[in-house]
Amino acid sequence: MIKLLTLYKENPRQGHLLLLILVGFLVIYFLPVNSERFSNAWLESIRLTNWYAREHVILCLLPAFAIAGAMAVYISQGAVMRYLGPKASKPIALSVASVSGTLLAVCSCTVLPLFGGIYKRGAGLGAAIAFLYSGPAINIMAVVVTAKVLGAELGFARAGGAILFALVIGAIMHVLYRKEEAGRSSVSDRGFSADEQEKPLSITVIFFSLMIGILVFANWAAADSKTWMAIYQWKWQITSLLAIALGVLLVLRWQWSIFHMLILAAIVGLSALLIPGVPQLPFAIGVLGVMSLAALNTQDQEWAAQTWDFTKQIMPLLLAGVFIAGLLLGRPGYHGLIPDEWVNIAVGGNSLLSTLLASILGAFMYFSTLTEVPIVKGLLGAGMGKGPALALLLAGPALSLPNMLVIRTIIGTQKTLVYCALVVVMATTTGFIYGNF
Amino acid sequence: MKFTIYGSGCNKCQTLITNAEEAAKALGVNYDIEKITNTNSIIEAGIMRTPALAIDDDIVIEGKVASVNKIKDWLT
Repeated sequence: MIKLLTLYKENPRQGHLLLLILVGFLVIYFLPVNSERFSNAWLESIRLTNWYAREHVILCLLPAFAIAGAMAVYISQGAVMRYLGPKASKPIALSVASVSGTLLAVCSCTVLPLFGGIYKRGAGLGAAIAFLYSGPAINIMAVVVTAKVLGAELGFARAGGAILFALVIGAIMHVLYRKEEAGRSSVSDRGFSADEQEKPLSITVIFFSLMIGILVFANWAAADSKTWMAIYQWKWQITSLLAIALGVLLVLRWQWSIFHMLILAAIVGLSALLIPGVPQLPFAIGVLGVMSLAALNTQDQEWAAQTWDFTKQIMPLLLAGVFIAGLLLGRPGYHGLIPDEWVNIAVGGNSLLSTLLASILGAFMYFSTLTEVPIVKGLLGAGMGKGPALALLLAGPALSLPNMLVIRTIIGTQKTLVYCALVVVMATTTGFIYGNF
Repeated sequence: MKFTIYGSGCNKCQTLITNAEEAAKALGVNYDIEKITNTNSIIEAGIMRTPALAIDDDIVIEGKVASVNKIKDWLT
């Protein structure tokens, strides 16, 4: 026995390997392959992933990646940062911080240094907290994916809730620590000045409005209202008009070759005429075509590169999230590995207790970019109430255990605890009100 | 030549490191690489957006991955 132990100490690597093989073997050996629930769960997760791929990728994710990429390139971050610097007035900094997540932070790994910078060298604790909170919830990708997968109502409730939250939590933190805040002295405002803007603001606004318009109308869903249905009937006509306008804008103001643009338009038009009834095809060709043209233009290569970065980063995570959600929870109305009764006991209905549990779970769990959406979808299908769902969405992406640990090293234990408590309390309250009224 | 790369270690920072190495090798410059991954040190360096690259303690790019050619321009 002792000999074996010394042998293990001499070759720890081999020992670990042996343990790993043993565990893997035992898991496979005892897999309940004959249980119906088990085999069903795998089928469910494949079906769910397939449904996502069909319903959400082309019309929703593809253009959203392109828009996120364009935001990273064409929106001057300095123009926003100016309002968050040490000399900015506090109320303005707070309001700008609560909405600037839409423009600045698409990837969660960029949020923390920005947060620390605003806190230590910029507008201070309130604005920094507001930015930290709203960033992951209101960036364009999060809003689009939530609205598309969970429905427009929950999507807008989430975006609105996040901005409101950011304002309130930021203001509370500022008031709580106002003495300490008054003593801060600004070191330098490096990083907070406006950098050179290449295109006039009006052009940038039109450019993004057109792209967001295309995204919104292409995803317009049928609903019970008359005007809503009227728009639904015309959605592809409206989408094509907006796409043409975007093409014209790119040729006029981005100096793209008119010849290339006409070829792309012809291919898109042809595919729509030859294979009618599949709007996804011309749409996908259009988006990919615009991205390829961007990649061909030296001055706009960055747009294609950024878009590709987002795609690489988010796509695998999202699909893995969908697959796991399907495996554990199944599609709505079907069963996954976790019995629906468990979900019902924990977060079913809209009671205060289940809302509180949902927000605490959300605060500690780590959701990598956007995976919270399919998970909430699965939970909703298994019987979660919409109040707890909103609570989870509001507390989820803003906080996680690893995230808390980093925040703690920047602002200290006490402030971190106050912040987390505020998030949980507010998420519970908002979720409870939303679920019951 | 000293490269300092700031970033929490995500994909983009890795690309920036390889690009910087490639640029230095192409020009035949001797270089050291320092990676700053601690969030507090990044903030103290005055960086707001990662990844960022400093050449001889002079911050040349922030929030973006610089291409090999761009880094070559800065080195010459």
